[in-house]
This record gives sequence, structure tokens and C-alpha cells, in this order.
Amino acid sequence: MELICPLPLQYAQIVMAHGGGGRLMQQLLSQVVQPIFSNEYLNQQHDSAIFSVGEQKLAFTSDSYVIKPLFFNGGDIGKLAVCGTVNDLAMSGAKPLFLSCSLIIEEGLPIETLQSILQSMQKTASEAGVFIVTGDTKVVDKGKGDGLYINTAGVGVLADGVNVNPKRIEVGDAVLVSGDLARHGVAVMLQREGLDFDSEIASDCALLSPLVQDLIHAGIDIHCLRDLTRGGLASCLIELASHAKVQIEINETDLPIQEAVRSACEILGFDPLYIANEGCFALFLPPEQVEIALAVLQRHAAGAQACQIGRVKNAHEHGLLSLNTAMGVTRRLDLLSGEQLPRIC
Amino acid sequence: MLNKNAFRDPVTSKKLLAAIANITTQHWTLMEVCGGQTHSIIKYGIDSLLPEKIRLIHGPGCPVCVTPLAYIDKALAIAAQPQVIFCSFGDMLRVPGSQLDLLSLKARGADIRIIYSPMDALKIAQNNPEREVVFFAVGFETTAPTTALVALQAKILNLKNFSLLACHVCVPPIMRALLESPHNQVQGFLAAGHVCAVMGYQEYLPIAAAYRVPIVVTGFEPVDILQGIYQCVQQLETGRTEVENAYSRVVREHGNPAAQQAMQQVFITVNRSWRGLGEIAQSGLSLAPEFADWNAELKFKIATIDSPEPAACRSGEVLQGLIKPPQCAEFGTTCTPEHPFGATMVSSEGACAAYYRYRKS
Repeated sequence: MELICPLPLQYAQIVMAHGGGGRLMQQLLSQVVQPIFSNEYLNQQHDSAIFSVGEQKLAFTSDSYVIKPLFFNGGDIGKLAVCGTVNDLAMSGAKPLFLSCSLIIEEGLPIETLQSILQSMQKTASEAGVFIVTGDTKVVDKGKGDGLYINTAGVGVLADGVNVNPKRIEVGDAVLVSGDLARHGVAVMLQREGLDFDSEIASDCALLSPLVQDLIHAGIDIHCLRDLTRGGLASCLIELASHAKVQIEINETDLPIQEAVRSACEILGFDPLYIANEGCFALFLPPEQVEIALAVLQRHAAGAQACQIGRVKNAHEHGLLSLNTAMGVTRRLDLLSGEQLPRIC
Repeated sequence: MLNKNAFRDPVTSKKLLAAIANITTQHWTLMEVCGGQTHSIIKYGIDSLLPEKIRLIHGPGCPVCVTPLAYIDKALAIAAQPQVIFCSFGDMLRVPGSQLDLLSLKARGADIRIIYSPMDALKIAQNNPEREVVFFAVGFETTAPTTALVALQAKILNLKNFSLLACHVCVPPIMRALLESPHNQVQGFLAAGHVCAVMGYQEYLPIAAAYRVPIVVTGFEPVDILQGIYQCVQQLETGRTEVENAYSRVVREHGNPAAQQAMQQVFITVNRSWRGLGEIAQSGLSLAPEFADWNAELKFKIATIDSPEPAACRSGEVLQGLIKPPQCAEFGTTCTPEHPFGATMVSSEGACAAYYRYRKS
């Protein structure tokens, strides 16, 4: 059959969805970025690269922070830039040590604003026990940036015997989350768009390394960790299922989501399972250790809502994430194409 | 405030499912009109929980899906102009036009902004007096009142740098068109609850009477949908063809008179092409002549753009309930949300997108 339809569209330019954490972003990485840089460390496709220098195993990661507004309920771009990179290191089981801080500043940004953000970075770094030890500053023309972009890179050390890796996910593993879902994305969106909701929704932006270090000290055999940032819980678990070639099964009624967050998502037509978190991770571990792990997590403010949401059900050639709904139906969760867009009605 | 969870309660849902199974003796085909309902049905798996004798087919009530290709092309033509700030609801941005979609045009530098309320577009116009601000006003009777209010406000303010690309459509004419089609399979309708919240349900009385078809005003939560199905099946089984309201916590018989009045002031009823369905008489709302100064089609002289529909896409059959998305050979293979052939694969309310996203394996 000849297709008269001029579609499909092959994007020749970058569109916003290429950064949305969905299928288009995955394609960009796997088809454009990774083939060029391909090497054994990058190809681990972990939140951090892991390598050894002498006897010491190190974790190394980098992330850029672009967020509007710069200050949001529950945090600011500075706190986010430290938490995000520290958390990426923590997800490999590493103890974070040093960060860099590169600033891309838009002409016209008040110095006072910059100071306040840097102070927030330093405060968060102190809490995390890391030092910001190097960096860079660039200024771009007015109109070429949203006030301030920050890049932070981070280095951490891995203790002997710690091996946290998607490859270690096993059939039978329990799947836990460390907190309630979708708060960061919803909080920022409501504020950015000036949508007035009766209830205050605050970002969950928080340091996760103390939780992970405590889990390790408590002797939990962590198989895999993943912070549920861009793309939310569903995108992260789909990616892990595909790496580990397993079917992960989660239960709708076990998912911790604040009622206000749920309502806001409904009004906007968003699915909270695909919305970013900045202080929440998924944890894969042997089922017999669930109780201890929950007790450890719940000692922390950021882990107060920790709970088990599902398990690794069986091996699966392509990887699959399925959701048991409250209605008793099981359905597949798939990567979204790009960003979620607010609906019409 | 009502506890929404009550309308998702699995126990109540199971009771309703049992009740439906209990009264069903024959095969019945029902159509849920609204894409929001389709989405809920697939998301919660309601279709797979119903007795086998009950078949749900998915109606044309997705505003993104039925907006004709010509209007997407008109939107692209306007949005490409450098002086324009083009404002749209989010889910219109990925709908393919003849050549590209609004997202790609945005990537090429067009000033296209996602807004949440038409009033935001008006504010953008007030804040940018040197630019032309255009709002892409699409949707059913649910979104038409807010477009009407914005048009009235623009006229009161005499805001000359603001205009509307209006392509609203109405539900009753499409229900009539479906019932008159020689391929019609619909035996009962679940009417779109939120459309009825605006319009009431009196306009469905003559349809139910003329075509001898039960019409049940239905909401969007699982319990709402099951209640609508129950009442519809009950009518069919007892030979009644009435209009009933199963969504009375939101819908009143006469709807929202203030919203209707605003619509009457601003719009006139016109013939309108529906994507995949063709022209349907008196099914569209266009700006009345008194609002010509705010009509983007006149202002940008693009009224003559006319784009033929692509042949490969079977969304027209999907929108009429003649096929289910997986019956299309392109579904999930060549046609995916990343590479959509038609709007039903793009929109969050589109049947193809719902099937793709919530497929079971």
C-alpha cells in the first residue's frame, strides 16, 4: 500500500520531547550520543560511571539543571543541583565526596539572587558532607537563558563489596520506593504556570545519600537503586526491566501518592507515574530484607513514606513493567513518547 | 468536596459489574461518546471486565482527533509568521499537519506557547501589544464557553492584537450522523458527561425518540461508567429508549445557562469537516460576524487553506466505532505515538493512543 500520508515525522531538529525522559530521549541517546562516545564505562548505562583508580573504585557523574522558576516550593535550583548529583552518586552505592559547580548566568540576573542560590548549594553540600571544589562561570546575553543554568559533576567512592547494578536485579526481588511520588514535577509546574491550587504541594527535593549509606551499613544486600527523576517511576522501572530482562509488577493500590498531587494531575491530564521526583528512589532487594530496609528508610524524613510497591515477577526477553490496577486488571506500562502535555478538557 | 475515590471503589465496581452481568441476556453494542471515557475504560480495563455480550465501541469525542487537517495547517500557517505568538492547549502540539506539527515548528523558532486557559492568551496579548496573539480554540461544548468568554472580553477591551482560530464542534450532530450511517452498530449511547454539564441533556430527547436509542449521561470514573452501562443495558433489555442522567452529581437537566448564553452571543452554527469523518451539517461553531475583528482566519487571510485527509490512516473508522484500533494494520507497527499517522494516536483522549498506552502485553 502506498502511503499518501506525509507522516511519519522524522524530527530533523531537536524538539523539547527529546529531553522529556521518554522514548524520544532514549532514541536520541542510543542513536545519536552513545554510538559516538561508545566505551566500556559509558555502556554500563548507569546513573554514574564506575571505574577503578588503583585499588579504589570510584563513581563519577554529571548533571545539568535548567528549571523555571529558580525558586520553587520545597527548594531552588541550587539545592536541586547538589541533591541531584549527590543522589546520582548515591544510586551507584557510592559515598559522595566532591562536586564541581559550573554556572551559565544570563545577563541581568541580580547578584543577590545568585548569592542566595550559591548559599543554598553550600548549605545542601554541607548536609551531604561533600565539598564543592571546582567550577566555571560563563555569562550569556540577556534572553539566551532562564536566569541561571547550573552543571554539577560529582565524584564518590565505593566501599568494598558494594555492587549496586541493574544487572543484579533478580526474579523474586522486592521493589520498594523511598517516598511518595510525583511531588517535584507537580510543585514546579503549578508554580511555573501560576496555577492556584488550594493545597500547597512542595517538591520532594532531598538528599538520598544518607538513606543509601544507612541501608549499606544495616547490611542490606542492595541489588539495584534508581532515583525516580525525569520520566518518573514508570520510565525508570521500564528502563530497568529492559536492562535486567525481567518483568516487574507493581500494585496500583500500594503506590504512595499525596491526594493533592493526584488531584492536580487529574486536572492537568497527567499521569503521576511519569512525573519527576527529586528525593525518591526505587530499591531492589531480596524479599526477606524488606522489613529491615523499611525500618532504616523510615528513620529519615525523606524516607518516611517508604513502602513496597511490587516485585520482580519473572524473566522477560524484552523487559516489561506491569501494573495491577485497583479494579483487578493487569496492564502494561510503556514509555511515553515525549513530555506529557496538558490536555484540553 | 466529594470523595473521588468513592467513584473508583473496586467493591462498588464489582457490585455493578455483577449487576450488569445479571441483567444482560442479549448482545448489545454501546458507544461511549467521549474520549475521556474511552481513556478510563481502557486504563481501568473496564472493557475486559464486562460480560462478553456487552461490546463497547469508542466514539468521536476527542477534540484533538476530530479537528480537521485543514485547521492544523491553518494553525501552522499562522504560527509560522514572525509577529505571531501562537497559543494552544498542550495536546494539539503533536498533531500532525500535512507537513509538520506545531512542536516541530516551535523547534524551528516559532513562538508557540502552551496555555492552560484561554484567559492566559488574552493576558499575553495585553502584555505584548506589539505582537499578534492567536489562540487555537478547539474542542466540544466543554471548551467553547471559555472561548466565548475570551472573545467577549477581547471585544470589551477592544484588544486589536488578539484573535481566535476557532474550530469548535458539537456533539448532537455527530451522534445523529453516526446513527444515520448505513454502517451504524450503536444500540445505546453513554453521553459525554462534561458536555452535558454545559448543555444539559434536553437536546438528546429528540435523538433518543427519533432513532429509538437509549442515551445515558455518564461520568468518567470507573463507577460512573459502570453505572452508565448498567442503566443503558437495563433500558435495552426492557425495550426502553429514554434519556437518563447517571451523572447527576455534575449534570443538571438544563446545563449551565450562563455558559450557553455566552456561546450564543459569540458563535454561529456552521457545517464543519471532522477529521476522518467528513463534513457534518450544522456541527461546528464559528465566530459570529460581530466578532470578525477577532477571527484569525479573516485576519491572516487563510480561510482558503484546504488539506485533503491522508488515505492510509483509518482513524475515521475508529472514530465511528467501525473498527477498534488494533484492527488497523498500521496500529503499533508503523503508527505509534512517536510516528503517528493520525490524531487518534496522538491525543491523550484518542482511542488509538489509549489502546497503545494501556495495551495488556
